Amino acid sequence: MISVRGLRKHYKVHKRPPGLKAAFRSLFHRDYTTVKAVDGISFEIHPGERVGFLGPNGAGKTTTLKVLSGLLHPSEGEVTVDGHVPRHREAAFLKKIMLVMGQKQQLLWDLPPAETFELNRAIYDVPPEQYKQTLDELVTLLELEELIQKPTRQLSLGERMKCELAAALIHRPKVLFLDEPTIGLDVSMQATMRTFIKSYNERHGATLILTSHYMDDVAALCPRVIVIDKGLLSYDGGLEALVQRVRPEKRVVFRLDQPVEAERLTPLGRVVSHEPTTAVLQVPPEAVSATISRALANLPVTDLTVENAPLEEVMSELFSENKARRAAAAEVGA
Amino acid sequence: MSLRTAARAFPTLVRIGFSEALAYRAELLIWVLSTTMPFIMMALWTAVARDAPVGRYGQEGFVGYFLATFVVRQLTGAWAAWQINFEVRQGTLAMRLLRPISPIWSYAAENLGAVPMRFLVGVPVAIISVLVVGPDAVPRQWWGWPLLALALLGGWLITFLANVAIGTMALYMESSQKLMDVWLVLFFVFSGYMYPVELLPPVMRSLVDWLPFRYQIGLGAEVMTNAHSLPTALKLLAGQWLWVLGMGALAVGLWRRGLRRFAAYGG
Repeated sequence: MISVRGLRKHYKVHKRPPGLKAAFRSLFHRDYTTVKAVDGISFEIHPGERVGFLGPNGAGKTTTLKVLSGLLHPSEGEVTVDGHVPRHREAAFLKKIMLVMGQKQQLLWDLPPAETFELNRAIYDVPPEQYKQTLDELVTLLELEELIQKPTRQLSLGERMKCELAAALIHRPKVLFLDEPTIGLDVSMQATMRTFIKSYNERHGATLILTSHYMDDVAALCPRVIVIDKGLLSYDGGLEALVQRVRPEKRVVFRLDQPVEAERLTPLGRVVSHEPTTAVLQVPPEAVSATISRALANLPVTDLTVENAPLEEVMSELFSENKARRAAAAEVGA
Repeated sequence: MSLRTAARAFPTLVRIGFSEALAYRAELLIWVLSTTMPFIMMALWTAVARDAPVGRYGQEGFVGYFLATFVVRQLTGAWAAWQINFEVRQGTLAMRLLRPISPIWSYAAENLGAVPMRFLVGVPVAIISVLVVGPDAVPRQWWGWPLLALALLGGWLITFLANVAIGTMALYMESSQKLMDVWLVLFFVFSGYMYPVELLPPVMRSLVDWLPFRYQIGLGAEVMTNAHSLPTALKLLAGQWLWVLGMGALAVGLWRRGLRRFAAYGG
């Protein structure tokens, strides 16, 4: 469905120090630097897959999505989406895809969302029956009944984002690029969006690429993740496998009947947190059963759970590893 | 991009543009107030013509001409340059580029959507003009009406396409706002907006015929006020539509090349 081979996107950026003198100087002489937003990445995505596209700020995630959706011309490399070359921006291609950006909107600001839906129906040439069916479905699933007749400017951020998603799906795209779709939303609205996106993927077999800084989005939606950092691919595979590779240790959360001293916990494993009646220990996977047995024998345990390390920590560790590797490589080069 | 898709979607685009114009009615009123320059010019030139006509324009002639200029300006206005410049700089052009219809069609529909509201402003002025000036305020011959319609359409197209070409320059330079300011200065001098172009010295007049500005406003006002015979009007209309084609080619060419440079900033 999506094939990316050796994709590079480099920008020439004008650099100017602050101050009046530098401003005058830049009138006659400008210094440019090349920013390697994406620097030779390759991957394949199959129809119906849900893939998380992760990386720190400035990693090149959004640039890649913009190239995939035809907004940016790649500097180098080959990209195809369902057999189309995105930069050609053929109508047939644009009718198959949609890019939803949490920080940009397509809704008409002073008109109700219903007008944007109608506009998209006309632009995407959606047959009337399919339009009615899709709209009914979106209104029901996203609970839009009360919202679509109010001017967009009067909607809350969460309400607007739901309508934004509905507007993006009026033409039932086969490929959905979601760039931070839950940014700024409260926890319950994030959950609503996740449930809806997953059900859209399952019902229509749509291929989905998601970027998000909220790891809950990724954990809930994406069995596979692609991690890029400084424009380079640093991981492509299962989310579970990534966690096992970067942070194989398990976390055992104990709920206690009464407070215990810290000294009683330390022999069991690394104490991640300790509150009066809750303790979180980090232990190697092979030591989990032994630790639990010893804890049950020595502590007033009322309940326990075994978890992976939080995804945020896993990602942060991965990015630190990458940074350290780059620094080492630079040192060797010097 | 499919032209058939664009043609099919265009009526909806214009209807939405009209709804937006209704939503921005206060802004529209302010825009109308900002286009009252012809009334000021009318006061000035009628004072000049109090003792003797200027060229073939007496006091009544100037009243008819400037009221026609006001009406033509209402019906041929476009603001796509500011929209495009803003959307390129903010990166919001991206949302339009994701749709399977050229953004140029969307800008055209949004600009055309405001015409009915402007028509409501222009028609009473035309009626007042007929009451004050007499039948010479509007075409006397039957052929004058279709020629006026053509001149208005041509004038709108030149204005809109020039806006697209200038707005698109934001893809090449950091901002195209100043370029639009330069265009507007030339427009005020050469379009017939501040005085009928036939009052210009002969050298300037022949220059005006080769520039696009007269075809934006002056020609429409002249056809409306019966300034030309049929052959002259047809000749001028041919010149106007050549400019439509030229400006169209320039706008589309700049747009296509410029999109390769679009950086889709933000988000």
